[in-house]
Amino acid sequence: MIFGIIILAIVVILIFVFIGIYNGLVGARNGVKNAWAQIDVQLKRRHDLIPNLVETVKGYMEHERGTLEAVTSARNLAQSMSNAGPADRAKAEGDLGSALSRLLAVVENYPNLKANENFLALQEELTSTENKISFSRQFYNDIVLKYNNMIQMFPSNVIAGMGGFQPSEFFEVKATEEREAPKVSFSAPPKTGS
Amino acid sequence: MWEQIRDNQVRSAILVTFMGIVLLLVGAVIGYYFLGDPIAGLVIAALVWGVMNLIALFQGDSIILGMSGAHKVGPDDHPRLYNVVEEMKIASGLQKMPDVYIIDDPALNAFSTGRSPDHASVAITSGLLDKLNRDELQGVIGHEIGHVNNRDIRLMMLASILLGSIVILSWYATRIMFFGGMGGRRGGSSGGGAAQLIILVVGLLLLILAPIFAQLIYFAVSRRREYLADASSALYTRYPDGLASALEKLKDNDTKVQTANKATAPMYISNPFYKGGSAGNDLFATHPPLDDRIHILHAMSGASYADYDKSYKEVEKESVIPASALKETAAVGLREATPGAQAGELQDQLDRTRQTSDMLWRMNNYRSLNCSNCGTLLRLPPSYNQPSVRCPHCGFENQL
Repeated sequence: MIFGIIILAIVVILIFVFIGIYNGLVGARNGVKNAWAQIDVQLKRRHDLIPNLVETVKGYMEHERGTLEAVTSARNLAQSMSNAGPADRAKAEGDLGSALSRLLAVVENYPNLKANENFLALQEELTSTENKISFSRQFYNDIVLKYNNMIQMFPSNVIAGMGGFQPSEFFEVKATEEREAPKVSFSAPPKTGS
Repeated sequence: MWEQIRDNQVRSAILVTFMGIVLLLVGAVIGYYFLGDPIAGLVIAALVWGVMNLIALFQGDSIILGMSGAHKVGPDDHPRLYNVVEEMKIASGLQKMPDVYIIDDPALNAFSTGRSPDHASVAITSGLLDKLNRDELQGVIGHEIGHVNNRDIRLMMLASILLGSIVILSWYATRIMFFGGMGGRRGGSSGGGAAQLIILVVGLLLLILAPIFAQLIYFAVSRRREYLADASSALYTRYPDGLASALEKLKDNDTKVQTANKATAPMYISNPFYKGGSAGNDLFATHPPLDDRIHILHAMSGASYADYDKSYKEVEKESVIPASALKETAAVGLREATPGAQAGELQDQLDRTRQTSDMLWRMNNYRSLNCSNCGTLLRLPPSYNQPSVRCPHCGFENQL
């Protein structure tokens, strides 16, 4: 009788532990989905900004047709992959980032453009969107790390295996490796103590 | 950080209960003395206590923001501030965008308030906004969002409102008691003079002690969480030097916040009345010394909570971060400063252009450094792996 009660108690405790871990896993997986949605929002915003940017600078930069086309095509490629997995998307977005920085590097050659109101407003948006992408990526990767740890560590890995929880991919933007000499810009030293 | 969150909940409960007890005692004394019936006093005190708590919880943030003279801004009013708050909201994983406020005051300060992370507000003085570059602004806003995420804001708001009203209440009570006591009751017609005298003394003591107690609790709550919010800011921004350099600017500026008062002072990122590290470590200081906070942030070798704790230990010889946050052992790297970042709104259009393109180079893993001889900005591609680089401007060999 007592033996039976002890067995029953152990079974009940095990069931509760199981429910707790399972719910924890589901919560973590939803957290990953949510963090991914945040990145998605920011990437969409980036894609929406680029046609505006290209439209604004086009008139000024007749000689940079190639650079502009590279940005547009990288943007279209990145946008067409909006349903792909983190790794593929990260690659497309990395290419877009490279194309964008090449475009903005030549902007300094066009003084008229720098005086354009539209362009100035776009720059704050662009800076902030890039920051938001990198912060949402940072948050997403932290969450994925925690979730993947849960899936791989004992005892939650047993329940993760039974429940069919798959590890998530990280979102790592790698720049396309370029063999280049150091880039130098002859800008004034940053003012200090302003 | 769940220990911190639970700690805040417990302290909020203690605060509300403690205030309740003090209020009920005062009510009973006043009731006995003036109405001849302690029960009536108790009932009134209980009602006052209930209403006060409801007001503090649901109207506290608007009262505090109103008292500070803060006005709400949207994404179009101040794009840079709004964007930085949104960036920190994303980095911290907050669900809802906090309301953003600006206080028109040349003093340098900021605070956050609200009853939950979903009902939070962040306020910054216009003086601080003008003085900070983007990295520093991020650090300050990261600190405030840290308070939101660690659930400090509700406790600080309750304390601020309850403390404020207790102080006002007991001030009035003392007045009434003195003038009432001098006048009508002097004759001693009701008898039992000794007993009444004791109650009078106890009542007086309570009235004097109440604000002191309130003050004590208030001081006890606020110091450690400033360090924790600094640690959160470092983690969100991955750039503790940004906050450190913002704190240095706070230290160098002595302007007092016009609208701050005793009740709202501990909410600010640094003491709105006096600054500096001198004598800051005594029992009644509402804020940890700025020098210590700056030193700890500068000494961090990574951006994780564990890195902050290590750095903190070297200054204070003890641990500050709750154990659960230290268990996450994953290394968190630091990022580099935004080169050439300047304070306030960028006036020079060239600077703005430069800042944007620098940021994009950095996104592509380019390293940038300033030549230590002539200050020329050098950008190195990720594949560059020589131990030194020669500045093409002045020919100086920069070690990497």
